[in-house]
Amino acid sequence: MPGPEANVDAADDPDDSGDGVRIDMISGARMEGLTSMEKIRLILDGVREGNIVILEEGLSPDEESKLIEVTMTEISPDDFTGIEIETYPKAEAGNQSFLDKLMGRESTQKLTVIGPANRIETLHKDENLISTLVSRK
Amino acid sequence: MGLLTNLRDSISRVTDGLFADDEPKRIGIYGPPNAGKTTLANRIARDWTGDAVGPESHIPHETRRARRKENVEIERNGRKVTIDIVDTPGVTTKVDYKEFLDHDMEKDDAVRRSREATEGVAEAMHWLREDVDGVIYVLDSTTDPFTQVNTMLIGIIESQDLPALILANKTDLEGSDVQQIANAFPQHETIPLSALEGDNMDEVYTKIAEYFG
Repeated sequence: MPGPEANVDAADDPDDSGDGVRIDMISGARMEGLTSMEKIRLILDGVREGNIVILEEGLSPDEESKLIEVTMTEISPDDFTGIEIETYPKAEAGNQSFLDKLMGRESTQKLTVIGPANRIETLHKDENLISTLVSRK
Repeated sequence: MGLLTNLRDSISRVTDGLFADDEPKRIGIYGPPNAGKTTLANRIARDWTGDAVGPESHIPHETRRARRKENVEIERNGRKVTIDIVDTPGVTTKVDYKEFLDHDMEKDDAVRRSREATEGVAEAMHWLREDVDGVIYVLDSTTDPFTQVNTMLIGIIESQDLPALILANKTDLEGSDVQQIANAFPQHETIPLSALEGDNMDEVYTKIAEYFG
């Protein structure tokens, strides 16, 4: 079940972060009603402004594929070099219910961190911990 | 209406299946940059057709457009499979032209190379969703396979229900760790090889026939 929204309207606010690093935490509820391309646009618009975007429930594999594709089309020299993205490793299929497996439904609930490639660096990652270094603008 | 549509789709699937075996399977060679995808594609193409697919290089993103070698016939244990090999650019989520400057490249060349690389990766991702029948996923066995790109790519391949063969390449190099790759993706069989030296290619061809035949 989607959790409470956290700072979900931050993407609509003017950039007043100064030298700080802005983090947009987007709840599952916020993403639920969006199309794949709307989700990707929401993510990339935030990342291109230099923000770190944290998705409570992540993207489906198909959406991840489209995110890479759209990111590639937007890379431009001296402006945007792409994204850094991290999620916890995929949960074992054993966590899915029998009905989910039967219906081909795959849980995509995995916390996902996305940021500008030139500002975020992954220091450590395992199934329980993602440690990243975020640099200022 | 829905029933008729379903019936038509079912008939279409059956007739497609009847003729599908005659069509070459499009097998995409995917993986991160510098895993040895083009070296493998060239090895397969040379072994079975005598031609190469494209130039190999230690510089990342040497392959910036998907290259196809069509009608590669592989015979194994009395079984023949015909595949179109599609060598794809290394998949990544970021491309910075400044990285190419470290390889004695002028800025204009580096910018052009990075632009071509991004177009190639976008094309490869599109093909993965729309236009391949199976995947050979190549990893450099001397590097850590637990990367986000690998995790995402394998997840995307699995979500498409595509047959996937994972190859642990560069076993000729010191520091090669095939088991690390097997541990990273235990749901798939991992085949070790050195595409450069041609080591263990017999097993690779047997598996290609098995997975994609």
